[in-house]
Amino acid sequence: MSGPSTYEPKYAAAKWMDQRLPIIRMGADFMTFPSPRNLNYWYTFGGILALCLVVQILSGVILAMHYVADVDKAFASVQRIRRDVPFGWLLQSMHAVGASMFFLAVYMHMFRGLYYGSYKAPREVIWILGCAIYLVMMATAFLGYTLPWGQMSFWGATVITGFFSAVPIVGESLQQWLLGGYAVDNATLQRFFALHYLLPFVIAALVGLHVWALHHVGQNNPIGISEKTESDTLSFHPFYTVKDAFAIAVFLVIFAVFLFYLPDALGHADNYIEADAMKTPPHIVPEWYFLPFYAILRAVPDKLAGILLMLGAIIVLFILPWLDTHKVRSMRFRPVARWFFLIFIVFCFILGWCGAGVPDDVAIKLGSKMVDGVKVDSGITFYRLGQVATIYYFAYFLIILPVLGLVEKPIKRPDSITKAVLGDGKRGAALAPAE
Amino acid sequence: MSDSSATHATAELEDGSKRDFIFLATGATAAAGAAAIGWPLVAQMGKAADTLAAGSIEIDLSKVAQGQQLKMLWRGKPIFVRHRTPAEIAEAESVNVADIPDPQADEERLVADINGNLRPEFLVMVGVCTHFGCVPVGEAGDFDGWYCPCHGSHYDTSGRIRKGPAPTNMAIPPYSFVSENVIKVG
Amino acid sequence: MAFKTSKNLILSAILAVASVSGMAFAAGGGVYGDYKMKHPDWSFNGAFGTYDRAAAQRGYQVYREVCAACHSLKYVAFRHLGDEGAPFYLEDFPNPSDNPYVKNFAADWQVADIDSETGDVIERTGIAADYFPQPFPNDAAARASNGGSLPPDLSSMVKARSGGADYLYNLLISYDTPKPDSVELTPGLHWNPVMDGGKIAMAAPLSDELVTYEPTETMYNGELKLVDPPVATVEQMASDLTQFLAWTADPKLEQRKGVGLMTIVYLLILSLLLFLSYKRVWRNVKH
Repeated sequence: MSGPSTYEPKYAAAKWMDQRLPIIRMGADFMTFPSPRNLNYWYTFGGILALCLVVQILSGVILAMHYVADVDKAFASVQRIRRDVPFGWLLQSMHAVGASMFFLAVYMHMFRGLYYGSYKAPREVIWILGCAIYLVMMATAFLGYTLPWGQMSFWGATVITGFFSAVPIVGESLQQWLLGGYAVDNATLQRFFALHYLLPFVIAALVGLHVWALHHVGQNNPIGISEKTESDTLSFHPFYTVKDAFAIAVFLVIFAVFLFYLPDALGHADNYIEADAMKTPPHIVPEWYFLPFYAILRAVPDKLAGILLMLGAIIVLFILPWLDTHKVRSMRFRPVARWFFLIFIVFCFILGWCGAGVPDDVAIKLGSKMVDGVKVDSGITFYRLGQVATIYYFAYFLIILPVLGLVEKPIKRPDSITKAVLGDGKRGAALAPAE
Repeated sequence: MSDSSATHATAELEDGSKRDFIFLATGATAAAGAAAIGWPLVAQMGKAADTLAAGSIEIDLSKVAQGQQLKMLWRGKPIFVRHRTPAEIAEAESVNVADIPDPQADEERLVADINGNLRPEFLVMVGVCTHFGCVPVGEAGDFDGWYCPCHGSHYDTSGRIRKGPAPTNMAIPPYSFVSENVIKVG
Repeated sequence: MAFKTSKNLILSAILAVASVSGMAFAAGGGVYGDYKMKHPDWSFNGAFGTYDRAAAQRGYQVYREVCAACHSLKYVAFRHLGDEGAPFYLEDFPNPSDNPYVKNFAADWQVADIDSETGDVIERTGIAADYFPQPFPNDAAARASNGGSLPPDLSSMVKARSGGADYLYNLLISYDTPKPDSVELTPGLHWNPVMDGGKIAMAAPLSDELVTYEPTETMYNGELKLVDPPVATVEQMASDLTQFLAWTADPKLEQRKGVGLMTIVYLLILSLLLFLSYKRVWRNVKH
C-alpha cells in the first residue's frame, strides 16, 4: 500500500523545488511504489496500454497536421499522406494498426482483471474508471474510423449514428442533431474530427485517475491476497520497470509485424474506396474489436432491443463489482468459476466470429438440404449461434457469477504472498496453486 | 542476498550491478531506438513530395510594358517582374556599391538571356521584404524603388536595401531564359 | 488450467484475434460459377518481395494504351513513376521530376489547365508534377459515356478489393469462361465469374497482342537491366497490369518491408537485452 513517502531530496535545488511543488517526490514515490512480488506477465498490459496511448496521441497529432476534414478532400488527403508526406506511409499505418493493438492490449488487460478479481473491493473505482476508459476508447475509435472517408468510414458512421434513431419519439431528431444534417456529410466529418482529437485527452485524464486510484489502494495480484508485510512487496523500479519494458518490447515485435508486413490485415478493403452515399458495400462489418458487440446487436430482431442489449453488454461491466459477491478474488482458488470464465472467453470469440459472419449463413454445418434443386448447407446459422453466445455473455455476469458468489467453495489458499512464493517453506512449489 | 531485503531497490542495485554491462547495453540500445523513431516524427513536417515537385512557372517578358510591373506567385511567394525605364536603370547603375548596406552591383542582379546578353530593363526578384516577409509597395520610398509598409524599409530601383531595418537586398529567384523573351522561374 | 503459462495464453489469444479478423475478410467476395481462381506467385508477395520493374513498366503501357480511356488514376502523379521503389526509378535521378522517363511520359499526356492571362480553360503538355489526367470531366460524364456505369479509379484498386492482386488478375483473364445458364445478362452487362453475381459492365478489355511490347530498361539495386518483351497474351498483359496497379496502390511497399526488417531485428535484440536485464534484476528474488 502507499505508505509515507521515502523520498529525501539530495541537492539544494531539489529541496527548494520539493518545498514548492513536490513533483520529483511524486515521481520518486511512483518509482519506489511497493508492488506485490508475484505479479505475472498479465500485469504488464497496464504499461503496454500506456505506451499505446502515447503512440496513438503522437501519431494522431502528426496526422492531424496533414489531414483535411472536408468531404471533398479527406480521402485525397489520406492518399497524400500515404504517398507524398515524408514517412506519412509509416505514421498513417502506425495510427491505424495502433488502434487495433490498443484494443488487443485492452482486452488482455480486461480479461486479466476478470480472472484475478481485480474489480473487487477495494478496487471497484479502479475498475469503473477502466470501463469508462474502454467506453471512451470505443467512441474515439469509431470517430477516427470515419475520418479517412472511405466506404466503410461512411457506412459505419451511418449505421452507428443510426443507433440513436432507435430512441423513442426523439430518435430521429437526436440522430440528425448528431450528424448536423439529414445524413452523414461534411458537418458530421468536421465534428467527428474535432471530437476524435479531443477524446484521447479525456482518456489520458481518466488514465491519470485510474492510476491514482491504483496507487491509493495498491495493486491486486495473481493470488488476490493483499500484501501484509514488507516481504510481500518489491519496489516498482527496477523490478517491474524492467519486466514491463521486456513485455513492451515483445508487444512491439507483434505491433511491427502487423505494421510493416500486414498493414491491411486488420482493416477492410472497402475503405480504400472513397465514400459514396449512393452505394452501400455488400457486407458491412465493423473493425474486429467491435465484432462481439455487433453480434449482440444483431442477436434480437428488433432495432431498439438490439441497441439496449448492446448497451447492456457494456453496462454489466460497470456494475460487475456488485454482481460477483464471492469473497475470494482470484479464480485460481475458485475451481468452478474458473471453468465458467474459460467458457466465457470462448463465447467472446464466438461472438466476434458471429459479428463477422453474415447472419443467415451457416456457421456450424450439420448437414445439407435441397433448395430449388440446389444442394445447400444446413446447420446452425451465425444468427442462432450469436444468440446462444449472447445469452451466455449475459448469464455469466447476471446469473453465474452472483450464484457462484453464494455457493462456490474455494480451495485452500496460502496465507500471504510470501508464503505462496516460498511455498510454505518448501522451495519450488512457488506458483502452482494447491490443486 | 536475503530475500526480504529485495524490497529496497537501491540495496539490490548496490551489488555492483549498476555498472553492469547488460544494463548499459540495454539502455544504449533503447536510447538508439528512441532516437531512430524520433526521426520520422520530426521529418514528417518537412516538405512533402508534391510540394517539392510543384516547382516552376514561365513568364513572357514581352507582355510587360515599360514602366510596368508584373506579379506572379511562385512557391507561395510573389515574383516581381519590373520592366524598368532608362531613368530607373541609370539610377540603379549610378549607385556607389560600397556605400550601401548589402553591396551588390545592378548587373549582379540580372541573368543573361539565351544570347548571353544582360537585359537590364527586366528586373526579376522575389517580392518579399527581407526584414519580416511583407510584400513591398512598388514605385515608392526614398529611392524610387520599393517601400515596405510594415516596418519602413526602402529599396532602390534595383531592389537593394538602402534605408530601414531590412538586412539584405530583395532576393533574385533561380531563373533562366528559355527563349528570346520567356523566362522560367524555379 | 487449460493453459500452462501466461505466454502460451497470450499467443493463443493473438492467434485467435487474427483468425477472427481473417474470417471477416473471407466473408466478402467469392467466385461465381465453376471458375477456379488462379493465384500467381507475385514477386511482391512475402516478407522480402519486391515489384517486378520490367513487368510494372509494361503494365504502365497497358494502362496508358487500354485502361486510361475510361479509368482514372487520379492519386498518382507522373513524378511518382520515378520515385524510389517505382517502376521507372533511376539512381542517377534522385529527384523524380528530372527522370527522363517521367518527363517523356508526362509530355505524352495533355492536361487541363487555366491560361493565366486569358483565364480560358486550355490543354497543355503534362509536366512531372501533374497527376494523371482523368478521362472524364466528372462522374456524370463518365456514367453517360459508359452506359450508366462508373469506371472506378484505379489508384488503389489492388487494395480496394478483398482479393487484392489475385482478384484483379483473375477478373481480367476470366472473361472467356463458359457462362452458366443461371446468369441472365441484361444489355450493357457482361459475364465475368470473378465479379459479384457474375455480371460486369466492362466488356473484356484485353485481347492477345492488343499492345505491342517494347524491351524495357529497369534499374534495381544499382543495376541497369534490359529485358526483352514477352508475347503480349491476355494473361501476360493482365499480369503486367496487376504489377503496375499493385505498385500504384502501395508505392511504399519496398521501403515498408525494408524498414520493417530493420525494426524487427532491432526489437528482437532489444527484447533479448531486456530479458537478460530482467533476469539480472530478479536473480536473487523469489517470485
